[in-house]
Amino acid sequence: MTKQWKDQIEVDHNHDGIDRRGFLKCMAWAGTGTLCVMQGGVLKSFALSRFNESDATAAAKAELSFAQISDSHMGFNKAANTDVAGTLKAAVDKLNALPSAPEFLLHTGDISHLSKPEEFDAVEQILKSASAQQVFYVPGEHDVTDGDGKQYLDRYGKNTQGAGWYSFEKRGVHFVGLVNVMNLKAGGLGSLGPEQLEWLKKDLEPLGTSTPIVVFAHIPLWSVYPDWGWGTDDSAQALELLKRFGSVAVLNGHIHQTMQKVEGSVTFHTAASTAFPQPHPGQAEGPGPMKVPAEELRKLLGITDVNFVRGRDAVAIVDGSLA
Amino acid sequence: MRNKAGWRKAVLVVGVTCLLGGAVRVASQGSKSSTPVEVKIDNFSFSPTPVTVPVGTTIKWTNHDDIPHTVVSDDKSTFRSKPMDTDETFTYTFTKPGTYTYFCSIHPKMVAKVVVQ
Repeated sequence: MTKQWKDQIEVDHNHDGIDRRGFLKCMAWAGTGTLCVMQGGVLKSFALSRFNESDATAAAKAELSFAQISDSHMGFNKAANTDVAGTLKAAVDKLNALPSAPEFLLHTGDISHLSKPEEFDAVEQILKSASAQQVFYVPGEHDVTDGDGKQYLDRYGKNTQGAGWYSFEKRGVHFVGLVNVMNLKAGGLGSLGPEQLEWLKKDLEPLGTSTPIVVFAHIPLWSVYPDWGWGTDDSAQALELLKRFGSVAVLNGHIHQTMQKVEGSVTFHTAASTAFPQPHPGQAEGPGPMKVPAEELRKLLGITDVNFVRGRDAVAIVDGSLA
Repeated sequence: MRNKAGWRKAVLVVGVTCLLGGAVRVASQGSKSSTPVEVKIDNFSFSPTPVTVPVGTTIKWTNHDDIPHTVVSDDKSTFRSKPMDTDETFTYTFTKPGTYTYFCSIHPKMVAKVVVQ
């Protein structure tokens, strides 16, 4: 039976290979189980409910599968979620049930709530039950509340530079973990700093433009909502360095909701938290924990499944809730 | 007291003491508050701001948010609280005049000011 990609959209309005109308349709489905596949610069989308067996097989044969979790805030115990350990365990169960078993995990920060050793320990303990045993971390601002990030770096600083940035390869895909939560200035947003940007330049230099890149950092590297600190002051310089590559995925956390944006060959994505949701930009007085009825909580928490498919010019980023 | 002279002396002593006590109180009102000035942290903001106080004032910050915050002077050295969870407090006594801008180091968009005269 031939695959019916009913929602395949290939209308290239701006002659840059990006189907914006199709992208908006894809965005509208985000959070309900949508597969948005970027393939050769053209966005194809189809709802997971119509994800038939042959599609599942294709995903299972993905060249590289990993998952992103974020904002576990171990130690948080207020009304928005009095059991963040329980919801993190539910996230691990969800990861272990994914059709394409992720080989490793990326944790995009706010691992702990108050940078306490017992909080970091608790997360590590819970993640031991994940079948994906290797976890790559970047810190969130809650992980470096001790000022110099010592608690975080003592645990996760090995093989990193500066405030904890690093890169690694997995089957020809280049991963870059960036730190944008240190040395924050009054009134500012997230910050990468000149030392890290200089390192990034050198790190990317030897790579060919067809190398798929995945950048992960806590605070969004695009301007989601500056009033609430949802952006990075000097991310433009990093994005300039990434411009020449054919496939770049930028994975962030911090905002506790899923959001996606495509700009040229760069796909930006933020993951949900495994701990508590936050309001949509401007929908509340501040970006704090959002209380919802108990039965709604797990619908607003989640994990993200990422698969590189077919020759690696396509990356599928799928958000799944804990409900 | 039985004799008049002793009684008068006692009154004099008591009177002088009262005067001295009164002078100390006046002096203390001029140079330092006896109770701290309260600043609350609510909905990712400090209030009131700016706050103007005399030299020697102690300010007490209380966090009413469901998320931790810090109170850090812009230069990051004059004063710097530990992370304050809900209902936790931080105090600092301003012994020198000046304008002190500060922020939350976890959520740096939160900025505020103390003017010490």
